[in-house]
Amino acid sequence: MIKNISNLGDAALYCDFGKDVNKDTNTKVIKYFKSIKKENILGIDNLTPSYNKLIVSFDLKKTNYQNIKKLIENLNIDINDDLKNKKIEVPICIDDDFSLDIKRLEQHLKISREKIYENFFSKEFFCYMTGFIAGMPFLGDLDFNMRAKRLETPRVKVPKGSVGLTEQFANIYTFESPGGWNIIGNTPLNIFNNSKETEPNLINPGDLVTFKEITINEYRNYNV
Amino acid sequence: MYKNFFQIIRAGINTTFQDQGRKNLNHIGIPFSGAMDNRNYLIANKLVGNDLNSPVLEFAYQGPLLKYSGKRINIAITGDVNFTIKNNNTLINGNCYQTYLLEHGDELDIISTNKSVYGYLSISGKFDLKYQWLSCSVNTKANIGANEGKKLEINQKINLLNINQILNNKTLNYLNTKIENIRVIKGTNFDYFSEAGKKTFFENEFIISKLTDRMGMRLEGSKIENLVDTNIKSEGLIKGVIQVPADGNPIIMLSDHGTIGGYPKIGVVISADYDKLVQLTPGSKIKFKEVELSSAETLFKLYELETQNLISQI
Repeated sequence: MIKNISNLGDAALYCDFGKDVNKDTNTKVIKYFKSIKKENILGIDNLTPSYNKLIVSFDLKKTNYQNIKKLIENLNIDINDDLKNKKIEVPICIDDDFSLDIKRLEQHLKISREKIYENFFSKEFFCYMTGFIAGMPFLGDLDFNMRAKRLETPRVKVPKGSVGLTEQFANIYTFESPGGWNIIGNTPLNIFNNSKETEPNLINPGDLVTFKEITINEYRNYNV
Repeated sequence: MYKNFFQIIRAGINTTFQDQGRKNLNHIGIPFSGAMDNRNYLIANKLVGNDLNSPVLEFAYQGPLLKYSGKRINIAITGDVNFTIKNNNTLINGNCYQTYLLEHGDELDIISTNKSVYGYLSISGKFDLKYQWLSCSVNTKANIGANEGKKLEINQKINLLNINQILNNKTLNYLNTKIENIRVIKGTNFDYFSEAGKKTFFENEFIISKLTDRMGMRLEGSKIENLVDTNIKSEGLIKGVIQVPADGNPIIMLSDHGTIGGYPKIGVVISADYDKLVQLTPGSKIKFKEVELSSAETLFKLYELETQNLISQI
């Protein structure tokens, strides 16, 4: 449940679900997000779920903080309702050209690359949120021994499709962008499709993601 | 074939198509975007008789030089902008908030904005644009929106549709005013900052730095001290949020902001002051003044009323 609702400026609600970053808290955020979205409440023009917060922004010409707060407090949200997680398998190639930071990870984690990949490919990840850049999924949780810090100096350009690790999360760069995550491979799968009018992003909050290794030839022929 | 079009002879610094922006996509990482200065955007459309939510060309600092081909068309420019209209025989120095007739072969030279950042060009017709998620607004970082999500480029052609010529020229008597005091509501991490830090935020001057664009406005001049933590767990952002990273220099989120951020939020600019904030040029000095939510709501109502009054005068 929401622990506290306050205003973020004059045109948004800040719904606080607590301090923790874990699946339980995040699942509550996602359930609220989905329920509010379904209601199509007049004046709400954006919902931004994250690990443990939900921001509801609205058009001050149409409504205000008190109205939206009341509506959300009175929403009947079935917290036990199933999330209906979608399962997605993401193919990645870990050839040297793609696994830009695997050596750094070996040194920092003091684990061999074989063990790093074995652990990574055996995991089922939970999508906590998407965003920062369009469609980028934040996938957790990595085991404690797999958690590394960001690069000291972020890359100016991380190639599109790069799969990176930082702290408890893995993510996928949906297009070329600056970034500081430890890159361990690259997917030929289009995670964010600009030309799709509905559902442009493949992975949504609450979805379950696994990674599957592919060879460089499979990678090259993937979109052919 | 298109008979009516603009040829881009000079693109300008950051010339993009913008409209009201796109809603309900923040959760997948797509910000609102839209015209930075909403009032001037609406007035531009009203002057040429368009629907108020029609796409216009937004330019920053230096605008484009456009050569027109086709049948007579009306144009209007809003903001505080220097521009000329050139044909074979004459050179007209243009006034903002006034419609002009363009004829085949005329050149519209949007030279610069005066002590402001953004200006708008509207036409009595439609730019031939592709909508993406119900909006044309261009976000150049994610290549979203009309014109393949890019700013205008030299030698490009912009095709026009449904041209109407207005019979009477229209004008509006309006002068953009500047603000130095930006009114804010305390942010959700206000208590992260030391007493000295809070005092700095509300009492010192800040200078708008050159690192300012449609995504954000970086400020310098006074550093804000943080006591609790210089990072928070990443969470959603909205335009107007003032984040303070570890270096103590605040950043104000603007219309193309990243949808998620991890720096403490010290304040949020009130909606009534946003249009005027984005028009402040690098080097300008600003001060933050605290207001309560109820005052912010009243101030926005007044601002809206004033905008509607201006529109109804046209």
